Amino acid sequence: MLIIGCGNRDRGDDAAGMLVAERLRQLGMDVEIRRGEAAELIAAWSGADDVIVVDAVMTGAPPGSVFLWDGQHPPASHSSTASTHGLGLAEAIELARVLGCLPIKLRVYGIEGQRFEIGVEVSPEVKSAVERVVRRIEAEVKPCSLNQVPMNLRA
Amino acid sequence: MSGRGGRTIRVDTLARVEGEGALYIKMAGERVAEVKLKIYEPPRLFEAFLRGRHFSEAPDITARICGICPIAYQMSAVHAIERALGIRVDPAVRLLRRLFYCGEWIESHCLHVYMLHAPDFLGYPDVIAMAQDHRAVVEKALRLKKIGNRIMQLLGGREIHPISVAVGGFYKTPTKHQLRDLVDDLEWALEASLATVRWTAGFQFPDFEQDYEFVALRHPDEYPFNEGRLVSNRNLDIDAAEYEDHFVELQVKHSNALHSVVRGRGSYLVGPLARFNLNFDKLPEVARNAAAEAGLRPPVKNLFRSIVVRAVELVFACAEALRVIREYEPPAAPRVEAPNRTGVGQAITEAPRGILYHRYALDEQGLIVTAKIVPPTSQNLRRIEDDLREYAAQLVAWPIEEATWKCEQAVRSYDPCISCATHFLKVVMEREDTRLGTEAC
Repeated sequence: MLIIGCGNRDRGDDAAGMLVAERLRQLGMDVEIRRGEAAELIAAWSGADDVIVVDAVMTGAPPGSVFLWDGQHPPASHSSTASTHGLGLAEAIELARVLGCLPIKLRVYGIEGQRFEIGVEVSPEVKSAVERVVRRIEAEVKPCSLNQVPMNLRA
Repeated sequence: MSGRGGRTIRVDTLARVEGEGALYIKMAGERVAEVKLKIYEPPRLFEAFLRGRHFSEAPDITARICGICPIAYQMSAVHAIERALGIRVDPAVRLLRRLFYCGEWIESHCLHVYMLHAPDFLGYPDVIAMAQDHRAVVEKALRLKKIGNRIMQLLGGREIHPISVAVGGFYKTPTKHQLRDLVDDLEWALEASLATVRWTAGFQFPDFEQDYEFVALRHPDEYPFNEGRLVSNRNLDIDAAEYEDHFVELQVKHSNALHSVVRGRGSYLVGPLARFNLNFDKLPEVARNAAAEAGLRPPVKNLFRSIVVRAVELVFACAEALRVIREYEPPAAPRVEAPNRTGVGQAITEAPRGILYHRYALDEQGLIVTAKIVPPTSQNLRRIEDDLREYAAQLVAWPIEEATWKCEQAVRSYDPCISCATHFLKVVMEREDTRLGTEAC
């Protein structure tokens, strides 16, 4: 399984995916950290058949809400990623699908952010959501601890 | 949309430019009444972040200003600080820095040429739609971009936010063997870039030439990256230390970004077209020949042709990377010592989008007293508005949707990196700017 955390540490809640990646690394897991630019993501998951991507999203839901999308039914780009780039995660998924290089199994964890200004702190709701996603992914990777993990992902 | 007294082109969110911007053009009858390229990203706080930090932190902090061109920020930072400290780097370090920049140019130009700009010429809304009909082209682009990224990763030390650049050199330098591992990829990339020039040269370009003041670095022996004098086609020929005597940044109401102008003259153009026109004779033969076959002769004054010029610069970057790898001998030490001292240093380097100016003033402990950063996009903003005023005038009879699309294309020709272009302004921000400050993409 390949796990990728995306984001920008300097833009408040946009750091969410990166924070998940760093926490999972602390737990001894092998996780990639990416900016979230489309070509870079396609290169990163090239050849992998089971991929989890974590990124910040803006859907209008309460901050800290966590969404889980199947890569076959990704969110529309205009309402999903908070990437600073013209082509982000949603475009990466669409482009990979057209090019026939979408991983067989791709799941996207989206953490709803509320503030993305340069230099602002990550909001408490997002920090809490980061922990929930970390526990959820840890449970998936280490099935033996599954029973101890709260499965409700909503804030 | 039509309104009383005229028509308005309004693109609330410009797609396929880095960061976010909005474009507002008001036409009154046959006349273009108003052009505003709005920047509503949060202001850049990095100049303030840098104050009080040790100079050794500047490369890492400034690299985070832009995800697409972190190397440019690192290069301008280290060269300015090295100048403030009066230190010279090993010739091998100088070569490695050129290679590092090659990686960034390949990645950035490839992203813009194929993923962001080509869809405009082929009539697609985006690269995803283009990939359905041009799958092999997009696959080639992804491979090319990845090769640029390989160089950046090798020299930068990790996948994002490179950390190996130091004042005085690098924290760690690669072996000859590590660089030679890049050769097969780069030879493929050179061929792919030559094909890119031929491919883009076949596009149809609007008939739109302007009388630009082109501004770029010029070095006596090489196509510019990190060194040279700042020159223009209007007799500018200055050292980086004189930059602020000749260029001034103006605040404009409708934008968070400052607009840069040449004192006494006005807007100017930086980036691939300026570099190409002022340094054509310094391109390697393979790139000059590719340009000639594509029908490009300096001065190229049609900004829409910048996609072909970017492709020529891809050829240059691949050829230059191969040259550096052939000539590279590791330095005796990865970096020279950089002792604390008081000083002021300025540097200009050529980011993919054009010249990037940095100035640092340091105190006796090596702490940054003041920092000034002028990114390429803010230097082009005034010129973009000037172009749009002319270009929109040609489109007054067009249906509004098509005119809007054409104007968006004109802006994209500049490859504006709007997320780099915004500064912290010491003025009261308008409420609308603040409200629109988050990115809702």
